Amino acid sequence: MADIYDLKQKLGLGDAGLAGLGHNIFTAPIEELVKWARRRSVMPATFGLACCAIEMMATGTAHYDMARYGMETFRASPRQADLMIVAGRVSQKMAPVLRQIYDQMMEPKWVISMGVCASSGGMFNNYAIVQGVDQIVPVDIYAPGCPPGPETLLHAILALHEKIRTGELTERRKSTGKGAGFELSHEHAPDAQPEPVIIRTGRR
Amino acid sequence: MGYLDGFKITFGKLFEERVTTEYPKEKREKPDRFHGRHVLNRYEDGMEKCIGCELCAGVCPAKCIYVRGADNPEEAPVSPGERYGFVYEINYLRCIHCDLCVEACPTEAITESKLFEFSFDNRSDAIYTKDELVVDDQGLPQKQPWELWHVGDDLKTSGWMRATASSGNPAYENRVGWSGELGYGVREPERGQQFDESEPQNLDGKDDQD
Repeated sequence: MADIYDLKQKLGLGDAGLAGLGHNIFTAPIEELVKWARRRSVMPATFGLACCAIEMMATGTAHYDMARYGMETFRASPRQADLMIVAGRVSQKMAPVLRQIYDQMMEPKWVISMGVCASSGGMFNNYAIVQGVDQIVPVDIYAPGCPPGPETLLHAILALHEKIRTGELTERRKSTGKGAGFELSHEHAPDAQPEPVIIRTGRR
Repeated sequence: MGYLDGFKITFGKLFEERVTTEYPKEKREKPDRFHGRHVLNRYEDGMEKCIGCELCAGVCPAKCIYVRGADNPEEAPVSPGERYGFVYEINYLRCIHCDLCVEACPTEAITESKLFEFSFDNRSDAIYTKDELVVDDQGLPQKQPWELWHVGDDLKTSGWMRATASSGNPAYENRVGWSGELGYGVREPERGQQFDESEPQNLDGKDDQD
């Protein structure tokens, strides 16, 4: 057992498993391969909430044909999906459901916030609508527009591909320190662990 | 043939024309009055049209525009009027492209281009400042590196403006003319903009069918 530990220390793996492997000349081609495979088969989960969902469906039709990027089917099960396209306004009641769907998705997973309502609340600046879905899930790409056309959504998907291509392979959130464009600062409480967020979905 | 009929249909479709737009390389043609990203226009002498009146910010239903006016410096005025738009910011994660700001603008300073293909990876990038919105010296919208511009997207940036708010005669409602635009000049009106004796004038604003 000690030998394995020494071997891990020699290789620089630490306790993090393969995720602790640094960048070197041997991992570079594999990283490129994995990134290529990831960005060429991003399977989206269906999360259409409002009128943006109509444009999201139009993106899958023959005229725009999302299948050109290896994402032909919207997976009805979050366990088979890599990408959640939050299309539409997220109400306060829908927020825990959305978070649960996100938690059920397998890593690696990405989120596109489609439309102004999902991105910032849009014109619905009121008590019923979550003012930006990035308060609930970490968002990778924001697509503006009300609703964004299929071309804007495809632009967002291409931007996501670029982000996958240039981004970190493992521990993506830790590498950038942010998931949704805002940085978390722990300078006032350096040793404090963040409280686990418990989302209740039932009465108990 | 039974179950082979389906294959026959599939095989026949192989030789039909493809309907898919190869998106990043080509775009579908946009309508003339399409609402896209805004531009802040300038006059032919380079002066900015915005006078900082904040009417666009007041009319915006999504409250996505932030304007602050300031007095023009006497030596180097920015706009022909007394004041100019000192700060002009549009948050594109709030903007719903309704064009009410374009209709409200008294000087046709703000219009919308045909550019709709842009996305951001954080929320602060979505706030366009005046430096990014104002047109360049040729009167063309500035092409930011994260936006996908194709040829023709910067044409006809003043279309919807003139369609709904023809300055002067309200009888010209619903008839599109183009305002003079830096870089393109004044275009021919769409139809009926010239005074025509034979045409009923429809001055009460009702539809012709009524």
